[in-house]
Amino acid sequence: MNNTPLKHTNEPGKPSTFDVVQKSLAKRRAAEHRFRFYGIAGIVLALAFLLVLFVNIFGKGYTAFVQTQIRLDIYFERAVLDPDGTDTEDALSKADYTLLIKKSLSGLFPEVNSRRDKRNLYALISSGASYKLRALVLNDAGLVGKTSSVWLPVNDDIDILFKGHIDREAKQSDRRVNDRQLDFIDRLVAENRLEKQFSSTFFTDGDSREPELAGIRGALTGSLLTLLGTFLLSFPIGVATAVYLEEFAPVNKWTDFIEINVNNLAAVPSIVFGLLGLAMFINFFGLPRSTPIVGCLVLTLMTLPTIIIAGRASLKSVPPSIREAALGIGASKLQTIFDHVLPLAIPGMLTGAIIGMARALGETAPLLMIGMVAFIVDIPGGFSDPSTVLPVQIYLWADSPERAFVEKTSAAIMVLLVFLIAMNGLAVYLRKLYERRW
Amino acid sequence: MRKKIGVSAVTLSVLLSGMALADSARDYVTIVGSSTVYPFSTVVAEQFGKTSQFKSPKVESTGTGGGFKLFCGGVGVQHPDISNASRRIKASEFDMCQKNGVKDIVEVKIGYDGIVIAHAAQDAAMELSLKEIFLALAKQIPDPQGAEKLIPNPYVTWNQINPQLPADKIEVLGPPPTSGTRDAFVELAMEGGCKTFPWIGALKAKDENAYKGICHSIREDGAYVEAGENDNLIVQKLEANPKALGIFGFSFLEQNSDKVSGVKVQGVAPEFEAIASGEYSISRPLYFYVKKAHVGVIPGISEFLAEFSSEKAWGDEGYLSDKGLIPMPEAERQQFAKDIKDLKTLNGAAL
Repeated sequence: MNNTPLKHTNEPGKPSTFDVVQKSLAKRRAAEHRFRFYGIAGIVLALAFLLVLFVNIFGKGYTAFVQTQIRLDIYFERAVLDPDGTDTEDALSKADYTLLIKKSLSGLFPEVNSRRDKRNLYALISSGASYKLRALVLNDAGLVGKTSSVWLPVNDDIDILFKGHIDREAKQSDRRVNDRQLDFIDRLVAENRLEKQFSSTFFTDGDSREPELAGIRGALTGSLLTLLGTFLLSFPIGVATAVYLEEFAPVNKWTDFIEINVNNLAAVPSIVFGLLGLAMFINFFGLPRSTPIVGCLVLTLMTLPTIIIAGRASLKSVPPSIREAALGIGASKLQTIFDHVLPLAIPGMLTGAIIGMARALGETAPLLMIGMVAFIVDIPGGFSDPSTVLPVQIYLWADSPERAFVEKTSAAIMVLLVFLIAMNGLAVYLRKLYERRW
Repeated sequence: MRKKIGVSAVTLSVLLSGMALADSARDYVTIVGSSTVYPFSTVVAEQFGKTSQFKSPKVESTGTGGGFKLFCGGVGVQHPDISNASRRIKASEFDMCQKNGVKDIVEVKIGYDGIVIAHAAQDAAMELSLKEIFLALAKQIPDPQGAEKLIPNPYVTWNQINPQLPADKIEVLGPPPTSGTRDAFVELAMEGGCKTFPWIGALKAKDENAYKGICHSIREDGAYVEAGENDNLIVQKLEANPKALGIFGFSFLEQNSDKVSGVKVQGVAPEFEAIASGEYSISRPLYFYVKKAHVGVIPGISEFLAEFSSEKAWGDEGYLSDKGLIPMPEAERQQFAKDIKDLKTLNGAAL
């Protein structure tokens, strides 16, 4: 070891090492600072884009969580609801509830007589309002014959007018709400009959072609079922495959071949899995189209390679000492793997599963082939009911002509993001729970 | 860990047994087909599901051609019951149906759809003839010198075609070739303008392929911009670019009348009444087709048909007209309503 300081090893005619280092120091520091600056600039730029995206989505979408409602005093007239006096549930469910609404509105605006004005007036109320009244009456038959004050949803055009998305100053022919209707609305506002309220419909109902009645519940349930199925199928199969390939399989041409194929499959475009699913699960096995069961099978095929690759990597990263110690005190190979290696590798495998599931959550292309891009009103009750998923719902709403679907689209994106965050949060929590450091 | 694997194995087997049961029956109507008919079909499906004791039908938007492929796949619960179409079924599609055992098909015309050319609302109203539309958008046009030959489309601005038109660059946003709207636009507007040249019109009888080649080819030098299937996107782009024109369905014009306004074609503005009367030249009939063998097997088909053909749905003031469907004249409606009731089947020879 030479402990003498560098500047003393001066050779004549050559600059000392110390000087060389000193001279280059500023340059190297500058290079480091530059690199850091690039990094920070990159992150700031990415955050700025993210912020723009979020501000755009939240700015457009937050209004979808409220819905303009109108307070009407409905007289549940027995002559309308149960004209034959049968007093059966069947009669009540078939009754003309729209008529009750029309009567109530005419009571508020007694001067409206002409056919055209009546049409304008009745158009204020959502076509779904009568279903709400029906549900009320079927729930509580005691309402018949009484008058009750009920909040009912207004039509989507009135709703977006109330939310400020329609310019009142525009020419009458250029807006969806005409002058007569504006008069009605102003009078209703003056009487405190119009109010924006939290829209529970958005979370409890399935899709609808009327924006004010459309909800996310159907798509959310569909996504939940599909992802649950995907996870239950792909995680055990993926982990088992990874364990076998990594720990038990002999190294030969066959296992090499399988490995290459697994790696390649991870990069195959998702639509290909959709075509495969169509040919195999629907055409060959005859499973019903548009159902979560086919959806989760297709997405399982798509996520399996990701989970297998991540699983193998995390098995490899378990320190050999663990294996050796277990084998050393007499554990069998199976015991070593299942009792010692796998528990340590599970957090890494979960990470792989999260990546796979997050991709599966946002996927629409393969679902197009198996018919999950569809208009479905009923909320799916199981794996074999037709259903759609969140990204498909976003796509369908974005494609709808009605203006009020713009905010619904953004709101659906928010729900998708929350779903994603919740899913990742759960996975991070599970990973932390099992994680062990040394 | 072993317990965990046991649990997974149980769930797996439950899932698999669920699969085996899944296909035994179907208690809802399945509809596939055109994305143009989709907005109307879905409204009826929803209304039907809410007012009847049946489940809501499932409506898939697969495009007209894709819809027939599924529809003609065969008879049985795994095949759709109804196929929507933005054009009439082709003889080749009918033959495919016959070959796969789908013998009896009921044809239903539901109404008309107008295709509009629109620009941002603040602009002065523009007026185009079919001939001008053809000259602005065709790949090749007849030599303006009068000779009976074709030259690549030389026009860059509108006033080169007709001095009365504005001196703006020709820029039209429209659907891609996969779209039914594009097919209809090409057939009705482009061909309509194309055959006003007598020698091209005469070509139809002699060499139909050459005729179609001239009339159906849209220019690819950037004047026609393929803006994707999403009509909302075209509306947004028009707002951002007031000099451009856009091509989309009538319902989007109706919903966005504060943002965009329709160009008059042949002097007729794209308005509800003008399309309904047939005065507006770019409009097409919409259809759906029903598999007769499924009626009575899948619950709800005939009730769904009754709902669709009721006056409160497809009538002059029905809820479909609120969504932008142009109703058929009353006599035609009654005729089709009767055909639906009798389940009158389509004669393949008539196609």
